[in-house]
Amino acid sequence: MSKVIFSNITKRFPGVAGATAVDKLNLTIEEGTLVTLLGPSGCGKTTTLRMLAGFETPSDGTITIGGRDVTNVPVNARNVGMVFQSYALFPHMTVRENVEYGVRLLNLPKAEMKDRVNTILETMALAHYADRSPSRLSGGQQQRVALARAVVTQPKVLLFDEPLSNLDAQLRERMRDELRAIQLRLGITSLYVTHDQSEAMAISDRVVVMRNGAIEQDDSPLNVYSRPGTGFVAEFMGKANILEGKVEAVDDTTVRVRIASTVAFTLARNDRAFKIGQDVRCVVRPEHIRVDVAGTMEAKVRRVVFQGAYVEYLTDLEGQECVFLDTDYYKSGVAEVGQTVKLAIDSRPVWILPENEANALGKAA
Amino acid sequence: MTLVSQATPSVRDRSSPALLRKIVVDPWLFGIFVLVTLSVLIFAALPIFVVMKQAVVTDHGFDLGVLIETLSQSFVWTSLGNTLLLGLVSAIVATAAGFLLAFSATRTTMPGKTFVHGVALLPIISPPFVMALAVVILFGRSGLITRELLGIRNANVYGFHSLVLIQSLAFTPIAYLNIRGMLQSIDTALEDASASLGASRWTTFSRVTLPLVTPAILSSTLLVFVKSVEDFGNPMLIGGNYNTLAVEAYSQMVGYFNLQAGALLASLMLVPSMTAFLIHRYWVSKRSYVTVTGKPSAQTIRISGGVVVPLALGCYAIVFAILLFYLTVVYVSFTKLPGVNNTLTLDHYATVFTAGFQTLTNSLLLAGIATPITAVAGMLIAYLLIRKAFPGSFLLRWATLLSFAAPGTILGIGYVSTFNAAPLLLTGTAFIVVAAMVVKNLQVGIEAGSNQLRQIDKSIEEASTILGASNTRTFFQVTLPLLKPALFTSLSYALTRSLTTLSAVIFLVSANWTLITVTILSQVETLKLGVAAAYCSILVFVVLAILAVMQLVLNSTSKR
Repeated sequence: MSKVIFSNITKRFPGVAGATAVDKLNLTIEEGTLVTLLGPSGCGKTTTLRMLAGFETPSDGTITIGGRDVTNVPVNARNVGMVFQSYALFPHMTVRENVEYGVRLLNLPKAEMKDRVNTILETMALAHYADRSPSRLSGGQQQRVALARAVVTQPKVLLFDEPLSNLDAQLRERMRDELRAIQLRLGITSLYVTHDQSEAMAISDRVVVMRNGAIEQDDSPLNVYSRPGTGFVAEFMGKANILEGKVEAVDDTTVRVRIASTVAFTLARNDRAFKIGQDVRCVVRPEHIRVDVAGTMEAKVRRVVFQGAYVEYLTDLEGQECVFLDTDYYKSGVAEVGQTVKLAIDSRPVWILPENEANALGKAA
Repeated sequence: MTLVSQATPSVRDRSSPALLRKIVVDPWLFGIFVLVTLSVLIFAALPIFVVMKQAVVTDHGFDLGVLIETLSQSFVWTSLGNTLLLGLVSAIVATAAGFLLAFSATRTTMPGKTFVHGVALLPIISPPFVMALAVVILFGRSGLITRELLGIRNANVYGFHSLVLIQSLAFTPIAYLNIRGMLQSIDTALEDASASLGASRWTTFSRVTLPLVTPAILSSTLLVFVKSVEDFGNPMLIGGNYNTLAVEAYSQMVGYFNLQAGALLASLMLVPSMTAFLIHRYWVSKRSYVTVTGKPSAQTIRISGGVVVPLALGCYAIVFAILLFYLTVVYVSFTKLPGVNNTLTLDHYATVFTAGFQTLTNSLLLAGIATPITAVAGMLIAYLLIRKAFPGSFLLRWATLLSFAAPGTILGIGYVSTFNAAPLLLTGTAFIVVAAMVVKNLQVGIEAGSNQLRQIDKSIEEASTILGASNTRTFFQVTLPLLKPALFTSLSYALTRSLTTLSAVIFLVSANWTLITVTILSQVETLKLGVAAAYCSILVFVVLAILAVMQLVLNSTSKR
């Protein structure tokens, strides 16, 4: 069992008054799952990871791994593996020596040690490079050595600190899929830190969005993207229009929201309470808006950015900014600044932000 | 009541665990830290404080009268003035010469750069007073130049003018290396930018290049000043009536057995040294615009033509003077009685390898013991200071800084006064000599190690601990191997300094453990110049040979 539980973890750094890096964080990583901490720099995600590793000590709260309180256990006694952003391979050792380093400290019989190292080198397709110096490997190979070194000791928990940020875009996707495949195969409980939302969604069982030292939302990748809890999460997970509107009508299953004189959606209520006249904010992803001569929605083009695969438009929707992407520009041509375009919104994926729901209701009442 | 008893432990719990944990996590490393700090405090800081105490406290306790009496004697103020004047002039001359060499070597098409570079470094690896010996031989009463060539009978080589010449030449390499390093790390695109904006070569030099290297110029001046204040061998040999603090302190101690005056003079040496050192550390080094990345950017040489000629001539003159002095020493080591009987002979070497052999092996043995200790301790202290902020680190930091900035004289006197009674009865032993060598040269290793450590990704060490290694193991298996370049810098520096040092160890040598530098000094004083020259030649040769072997080892181990 190696379920990880953070209970009321707080980390203040001394010296800086009022600087709370992590504030009363509660987080559970279920056995064998991969959880990603996602957020902008300074949100506390790396500090949280480093507290689980043991490099930082929490100012308050406890951390348990598999039921054992490790809050004050030193790094080298935690049995945790880590893949570093810079890989942190030992430059004065060969690939094999790097991988062997941690296994030697386990005091295993020599044959078993050799066996483990060889197996992992085979698995990672590194056997051929075993006697090379890490500096003579490509970025992807170095990444594999780092992973091999981290998992060969069979740690209870595996930590990833932005492991892909040093790779170019194409390699990054391939390595991401490799990391995930190996994590699933080994069934190892993992905590992954990144600031790249697509990486987070692609690799995780659960995504934890952090902001200012606290958890903003902890959910499945699908929900974090399509049902964001706050405007911050909506915008952090990808391009989003957050359009303000008013509730026009409510019935048992649907709610109707008016955004502008030409735009209104009828949405599923999802058992949430709405009142007529209530102010709401709706998340509309740019890919769900399209140019449509038959569309009822009208917006004025303010900026046009040609991106090759699509054209990105910034438009003015009766005083609200609205961004959308046109992938069919080659059919109807590219609109010009100042022109009014007719649009259609696919209302099914539109999401009403639940933030301050209680307050908003209070005001309306 | 209950409220109070609950509140108290929670406050304590919050502040102490972090500090306490650092210790508990690694009791071994903390033990090493305590041991190192205590050693440095006892062998670096304590002797200096003992000397300062001796300067004001007599057998009858604190005695202001004695202090005033000593201070009212003219030799105190004369030697202080002499020291400052000499330091100032030598610093300016050596820095100017160093700048000339560095600029010509990095920015112009001067022919023979490699040769100039090699010769300019020679004074660094030899005992500082080789120059003094050469000057006596060349310009002395029966000097090869003054008497043989020019026929001057009563040439007075002793005094201020010779000291300036000798110290300037001896310390030029310090300035040269310092300024050269900075010139190399200035992005030449800045000079290109200036030229492309229409600036002439002179404008580019005076408005761009010179301001950018000003920190290096200032720091060279201060470092040479500190070196000059500390220098004992040259003023002793060739100062004549021009007594500096180092010489005066020595003669008060050894000549007149006036411990209090000696201690006071040595303490006075601390004032200019520490002032210059602190200015250097906390002011000049923060003015630098140039970020030293460790890899010099590609240099494009852009000064050619007529300007190069005077620059090159200046460089050649300096190189010629250095070579002349060294060759003179070598020549004299093979000459029966220079100036009187110029027959070639091997007698002096025979003397060195028979009667004087023990002092040579002593030097090699003690320096051989001190060198690895200095280098490894330097790396360890750098690691403890940069990576592990144990409570009390500042003690270690300041004690090592103090030992570096303090002149050898005060350290030597301090050792004699501190370690002459139980439980630290060490005077007369080899241990005390080794300790002085280690303490005096520790700081260079610490600096080199710290700079290198800052460039080593911290996560490499974290990777080691998370794989299960303790911090102690991590230091020896991961950090130390990565510090190899700094380790070698420290090894070569410690070796050269330990073999060529004089100012501290002159107080510490005994009948059983005398050192080659002290022997050379006494040979010169008794005018056995040939034997002294033979010793010097051997010393220079030995240092060069060991450095070459070390370089070979470094090259062959880093080729993987």
